Amino acid sequence: MLIPVLIGITLCIFLIMHMLPGDAISSMLGIEETPEARQRLEEQFGLDLPWYKQYWNWISRVLQGDFGNSLRTDKPILPEMLSRFKLTFELTLLAAAISWIIAIPLGIISALKRNTWVDGVVRVMSLIGVSVPNFALATLLILVLSLGFSYYPPVGYESFIENPAVNLQIMILPAFVLGAIMSGSVMRMTRSSILEVLRQDFIKAVRAKGASEKIVIFVHALKNGMIPIITLIGMQIGSLLGGTVVTEQIFSLPGLGQMVLTAINQRDYPVVQACIMFIAFIYVIVNLIVDILYTYIDPRISYK
Amino acid sequence: MHVLLKNLMKDCLGRIGLLGVLVVVVLSLLAPVIAPYEPTDMFSKNILNPPGSKFIFGTDEFGRDIFSRVIFGARVSLIVGIISVGIAATSGYILGLIAGYFEGNVDNVIMRLMDVLFAFPSILLALAIVSVLGPNLSNTMIAIGIVSTPVFTRTVRASVISVKSMEYITSAKAIGLKPLDIIMKHISPNIMAPFMVQVTLALSGAILTEASMSFLGLGIQPPNPSWGSMLNASRSYMELAPWTAIFPAIFIICTILSFNILGDSLRDILDPKLKL
Repeated sequence: MLIPVLIGITLCIFLIMHMLPGDAISSMLGIEETPEARQRLEEQFGLDLPWYKQYWNWISRVLQGDFGNSLRTDKPILPEMLSRFKLTFELTLLAAAISWIIAIPLGIISALKRNTWVDGVVRVMSLIGVSVPNFALATLLILVLSLGFSYYPPVGYESFIENPAVNLQIMILPAFVLGAIMSGSVMRMTRSSILEVLRQDFIKAVRAKGASEKIVIFVHALKNGMIPIITLIGMQIGSLLGGTVVTEQIFSLPGLGQMVLTAINQRDYPVVQACIMFIAFIYVIVNLIVDILYTYIDPRISYK
Repeated sequence: MHVLLKNLMKDCLGRIGLLGVLVVVVLSLLAPVIAPYEPTDMFSKNILNPPGSKFIFGTDEFGRDIFSRVIFGARVSLIVGIISVGIAATSGYILGLIAGYFEGNVDNVIMRLMDVLFAFPSILLALAIVSVLGPNLSNTMIAIGIVSTPVFTRTVRASVISVKSMEYITSAKAIGLKPLDIIMKHISPNIMAPFMVQVTLALSGAILTEASMSFLGLGIQPPNPSWGSMLNASRSYMELAPWTAIFPAIFIICTILSFNILGDSLRDILDPKLKL
């Protein structure tokens, strides 16, 4: 099923981007637009061909690792996309880690202390987590830090390898914003999943055997309750990658999200097309990895 | 409906959610009556005024009343939410019914198409569609409608498949009812519960996507009021005039929270198996 979906993604994004192919040429030429200049550029970019030929040409080049050149800078798209993806990847990974650190322990505690005030607080926190938009949280956080603590998030970017301390200082706030938002749904899923597992007979059997509560929770309940949590985390990677568009914009981080947004504003369609396709591919592949992970977590699941 | 409302009122969180949603609906409907000024009125002598008796939420960088803009912003958010979820729910409902009832190749084609749409982060796909169609209110609604369709298709299809195996559907087939009659009279009423829960949750998602798109400058265009674009504009003056950021942020958060609480409570009432 993976291959048809991947082909579908390329076709979908290609068709969306080619609904109005003339606009990119118009915006490139500006006031110097003449029929001759337009024709010359259309021929240069292959825009005079029928759409299926354009698609075929594009996809053949993509399969060879050539995502084309930017209409604005005329530079190849792939190297810039990859270098910016490093930042977005780091941001996504940090955000995911922060959300797990917050959400999984709180979800477990909430399930264990069901219907107590602790459970109530955690449930309200998770509801707020799923309801607060990342840009609103980011704006309010910057406001509180700047007015209350005279702290201003650093601008610019240094890679982790070059300067780990500065890198973490830059990344921690955006990663926290993304992670806090994601933790809401992970917390809810952990709670319901653990509650579901705790009701099952094998947990009674483990308890009857005289195992300590630690063993019951961490060895038996958590391992068996991990499948829905991991599924959710896989699905969340998509919204995290989407969320980076907004977060990178707010914190002026030169990642893939900012590259897409700049390209959309400049009507640089080849860049928009390449970046969105790249992100969708990563999302599909992450979910494939999640599917494969199931077999390790739960050996009863096997793909034949 | 009456029983549903009664059950909802029994639940404390359900009451809060319903109240929050009602407040947003009333604010949107009565915006011209409640708002003291037009959302685009500029008071050049009152630029970035703090909250006070004349402007209860203060004014923005053009001297516009933030309270009026926030109230009219509720109207924009709700319109975008209702119309885009209307587009998504209608198309998702029809596609889900067809896929679930007929199964086989039709199901395969529809669901693979939905898988493709599902593979894009929704905000990115919506931005791509708007970048081609042009950023304005109607295109924002179309874009959000398209990206919200797969979730409805999946929900409806799953419900149809489970209802289809019931004995009363087999009986309906046995007495020779046409597929359309079976779908409309016997399947549709029985899949309404998960569908309605999805509608409520999708409304909060649509409002959130609209606010994010407007925040990025690719949704509702100025001078029309939108919570997202208000928050974006406030970033330049945030330290000088924090009220320009605080009030739109509070309204976005409370509205989405209300819809989510209502959706959760409805799910608990209509589909107790899924209780989180």
